[in-house]
Amino acid sequence: MSARGGFIERSIADIAATLEEAIFSEELARKEGLLQNLDPRVKVITFLALLLAVSLSKGLLIIVALYFLTLLLAWRSRIPLGFFIKRVWLVIPFFTGLVALPALFNIFTPGEPIVTLWQSDRFHLAITMQGLRTATFLVLRVGVSVSLAVLSVLTTPWATLLKALRILHLPQVFILILGMAYRYAFLLLHTANSMFLARQSRTVGQMTSGENRRWIAASASTLLAKSYHLSQGVYLAMLSRGFQGEAQMLGTFRLKPSDWLWGGTLLALALLAVLMGT
Amino acid sequence: MGKEPIFELEGVSFTYDGRVTALRDVSLAVAAREKIALLGANGSGKSTLLMILAGLYFPALGQVRAFGNPLTEEALKDESFAFSFRRKVGLLFQDPDVQLFSPTVWDEVAFAPLQLGLDQAEVVSRVEEALRLLRIESLRDRAPHRLSEGEKKKVAIASILSLHPEVWLLDEPTAGLDPRTESWFLDFICQLNEVGHTVITATHDLDAVDLIADRIYVLSEENRLIAQGTPQEILSDQELLLRCNLTHEHRHRHARLEHAHPHRHPERHIHPHE
Ligand SMILES: Nc1ncnc2c1ncn2[C@@H]1O[C@H](COP(=O)(O)OP(=O)(O)OP(=O)(O)O)[C@@H](O)[C@H]1O
Ligand SMILES: [Mg+2]
Repeated sequence: MSARGGFIERSIADIAATLEEAIFSEELARKEGLLQNLDPRVKVITFLALLLAVSLSKGLLIIVALYFLTLLLAWRSRIPLGFFIKRVWLVIPFFTGLVALPALFNIFTPGEPIVTLWQSDRFHLAITMQGLRTATFLVLRVGVSVSLAVLSVLTTPWATLLKALRILHLPQVFILILGMAYRYAFLLLHTANSMFLARQSRTVGQMTSGENRRWIAASASTLLAKSYHLSQGVYLAMLSRGFQGEAQMLGTFRLKPSDWLWGGTLLALALLAVLMGT
Repeated sequence: MGKEPIFELEGVSFTYDGRVTALRDVSLAVAAREKIALLGANGSGKSTLLMILAGLYFPALGQVRAFGNPLTEEALKDESFAFSFRRKVGLLFQDPDVQLFSPTVWDEVAFAPLQLGLDQAEVVSRVEEALRLLRIESLRDRAPHRLSEGEKKKVAIASILSLHPEVWLLDEPTAGLDPRTESWFLDFICQLNEVGHTVITATHDLDAVDLIADRIYVLSEENRLIAQGTPQEILSDQELLLRCNLTHEHRHRHARLEHAHPHRHPERHIHPHE
């Protein structure tokens, strides 16, 4: 435990602050860049196609090529590349490690061993060629897919993304829920941040780790109660403004020639990636 | 009064989760074109009463009628009744965070007119009008939940304004507004009323109450309706105001002076009262 607040507390506070900044700041989405100028519907469709290509393609090189395409798009959209690469690849191990790691070994993926870790008469543990291949594929696929998803979210204001999904005929309810989820996530993070600050401003001297744990538990339940209260309130507010189960929205997108050009190019590349890989 | 009734409440009691009582045996009537204030201390039930008038909460005991029809959960299941009721009655929530759920300010203000099924041009013109009146055009693309508290309040007001309701239910509308917007909004309430709208405002601000009301209902800390009358009658009843925790002994009124000089007293505890 360090001097200023416990480890758990600091980590939660850090995560909350970083998330609030990174996800909810729309600074990047409002820059002038290639993807920012692309019609959101075209963006959604082409990115779905690219995602599909990443998961269908059977060539390692092709997936790598798709990643470079993603980086190229990010660069043309004025996304700081260092930030973009780091953010994604630092998170990937958490999601895929659990699955990818065991796949390396002969127990799960039998094949030719490259490195033998343990050798006895009854037990043999080694990393296999096939295992390495499977794990690499998995990590790469997830990494590139996440990069694509992150890139599309970073370059589109949230409101526009929701509207684009709506125009592409995703069910109303789904989009409303997505919108609300985002709002709650914001409220929760924001409240969490404020509670940390409020507590810091009231804490004189040290808290024991027991006190810390109790405080975190109490805060968590306060947050839950708050979000429940909010969700009820929001529903009533919608009702009172005439909501009858079907939210009406305005659609005001118009396709430009550059949308056709970029949309066509990216779709062709996605198709090519699938065809070459099989 | 001879005017058509908007709301009639009879013996209304309301409890939250069967435990916390928010209103006890409240009966009142509001006619068209009235300007009403609901006065009461914190926790006296003002917000709850407005939620009931807005057809969002339904009391376990007592009757509520709106525009001559029973206002019940059952009645609001009828789409055409719900539609006409919601179109006529606009509620400004006390907590703007609850009221703002759209991704941008523009969408927020457009929500109500879109639900009414107005055509696109009309929606756009209503939204622009509301943004202009509240001077928040520059916020149009911002996310409502990321605004300052006062800005949120303005957006919430604009989002009701674009509905063009006949009956305005306002829950502490001026709390958190800067002085210019506050005085604009008080004037706006008066104008609304002059052109024939009904305005019901919940507040515990005694200074503005004679501007925004011709009639006052007072809720006690025991959640009962204990008095009604004109602003003159209520505001001169010092004993009543003290009992309802709406004033304290060190308070003195500035009549209409509040717009003329800043409402602050650096020498607050030096000058003599009485
Ligand atoms: N969601 C809720 N759940 C449980 N009790 C509630 C809830 N909302 C309000 N109450 C209780 O009901 C009573 C009346 O609350 P209400 O919000 O109507 O008061 P109010 O007059 O608007 O107060 P304020 O001036 O603080 O806004 C209070 O005792 C309050 O604690
Ligand atoms: Mg209230």
